[in-house]
Amino acid sequence: MRALTYHGKHDVRVDSVPDPEIVNPRDAIIEITATAICGSDLHLYDGVIPGVMNGDILGHEFMGRVVETGRDSTLKKDQRVVVPFTISCGKCFHCMKQQYSACDNSNPAEKQDLTEPLYGEALSGLFGYSHLTGGYPGGQAEYVRVPFSDVGPIVIPDGPSDEEVLFLSDILPTGWMAAENCDIEEGDTVAVWGCGPVGLFAVQSALLMGAHQVIAIDHYPNRLDLARKLGAKVIDYRRTHVLEALREMTGGIGPDAVIDAVGMESHGMAPDNVVDTVKQKVGIGADRGHVLREAIMAVRKGGRISMPGVYGGFLDKFPTGAFMEKGLQWRTGQTHVQKYSHDLLRRIQEGDIDTTFLISHRLPLEEAPRGYENFHSRQDEWTKVVLTP
Amino acid sequence: MRHSRTRAGVALPDILLAASAGLLVYTAYSRIKERRSLPGHPDSAPGRTSRQSRYGDYAVSGRSVTINRPRSELYTFWRDFENLAQVMDNVDSVVPDGEASLWTIRGPGGASYRIRTEIVADRENEEIAWRSVDGSDIDTEGKVMFRDAPADRGTEVEAIVAYVPPAGAAGQLIAKLFQREPRVQGRREMKRFKMLMETGEVATARNRSSD
Repeated sequence: MRALTYHGKHDVRVDSVPDPEIVNPRDAIIEITATAICGSDLHLYDGVIPGVMNGDILGHEFMGRVVETGRDSTLKKDQRVVVPFTISCGKCFHCMKQQYSACDNSNPAEKQDLTEPLYGEALSGLFGYSHLTGGYPGGQAEYVRVPFSDVGPIVIPDGPSDEEVLFLSDILPTGWMAAENCDIEEGDTVAVWGCGPVGLFAVQSALLMGAHQVIAIDHYPNRLDLARKLGAKVIDYRRTHVLEALREMTGGIGPDAVIDAVGMESHGMAPDNVVDTVKQKVGIGADRGHVLREAIMAVRKGGRISMPGVYGGFLDKFPTGAFMEKGLQWRTGQTHVQKYSHDLLRRIQEGDIDTTFLISHRLPLEEAPRGYENFHSRQDEWTKVVLTP
Repeated sequence: MRHSRTRAGVALPDILLAASAGLLVYTAYSRIKERRSLPGHPDSAPGRTSRQSRYGDYAVSGRSVTINRPRSELYTFWRDFENLAQVMDNVDSVVPDGEASLWTIRGPGGASYRIRTEIVADRENEEIAWRSVDGSDIDTEGKVMFRDAPADRGTEVEAIVAYVPPAGAAGQLIAKLFQREPRVQGRREMKRFKMLMETGEVATARNRSSD
């Protein structure tokens, strides 16, 4: 089959690789009909996530048609399914608590050695996202092997198009969980850093959850426009003092909740970010945390921080003092996708949530490297790339 | 390009290096001093988490996992040692040998060890303990204990293995480098045991059975 594979920093190629087959009883093989490049794939593309090997198949947002099932799969041949990017067994302590992205059993035992010393606990399995999270081949390919296929994939009934439901795989539930982690109450202001796909879905979700106002922060005019169309107020950080503006736009209180939808590769020339960038380039420090620091400074006393943005290592100059003295709460994590799949599918079917506004480019899988390059370097126009094999 | 130098002409990296080396020596010294001055009362932690990891010639390691299955099921699986090859990567086979079991185990660098074990304690659904007997390549003993976990969390399983490394501490280090050391193996084996019991399979990222 053809698949998008990693060959080093800023070098991805479409190669011919062997087709996957059923390995474990609960597996299914999916023929991919649509897959997307995720903002977090750009962290892989930039080479800032360790444990990616040459030849690894990338891609964790995908859907398709069931072509083969293992003995214990509950899927049926020809069903159309969207597959969550998180691999979850559905049986362990964490899965039973619906903390699917904390599954104990999805990362192969020998791969867990990598993250247990790094994080204190081993990470769970993810598709196409380095050997830290299992080294599972991803879905930017013609076919993919899906473990625990009785727990992850959600069957899509006739009706919605692939493009309308594809983002159930990651960015829609991720934006939704980011807003849910804000515990939004009547009258609340939610500030969202980053108008990428997750940030935009967080904007949409926070408004659906009843936020009084949502303020989106970015510097790309087109992306700020998309946020504005969803109903957000916007701040261009190149034009405006963010902290001052947020205080003035909330009657002097500050936002009740803040969302860092940027993560470890924040842009901008703030002094702390320049220092972090240099450290990241030479391989010490790992995370760039300008957005997180700013969000902690901006949020009101007793407020909530929600962090869907991806971080991988350590962060310097974390404002511990502000965090403690203001009495903040902080919630984060990879998305518990399976917890949200059915509710969000229903909202898409009922027309509450539109996902297609995001898609700027549609390419055949063969042109995926061009998709990566442009999604990476022309972020204003290239907001989301959907690939079809 | 000029390197930044202090007034005395010493390169900054040298000072940093010397300072870190000094700090390391000081920390090690303080630790030893602190351990010596500890009062005689042990704490509540299991002995194998002690900073002392060797007991005489024995290296001791252990690992606990909580498995969301009933005690009896886990005990029954473990009691039949032949089952364990399914979750133990470096165990080639376990076959019954009269009252004993004969284990064939892979060591570092393609070495193969044969161990005959006999069961020295067996309490149904609670504990199984074993010990190597004459004719074994490695002197080892171990036990596994099964306890109800709190609330509805299933069973806490605790396995402890002690062994005399075939070539002493150096051999243990080499085994570690080859990931054939009981502490490394034990961690993986307990995780695979949990996977198999909870999900019915052992997770793998292989895309094909032949990979």
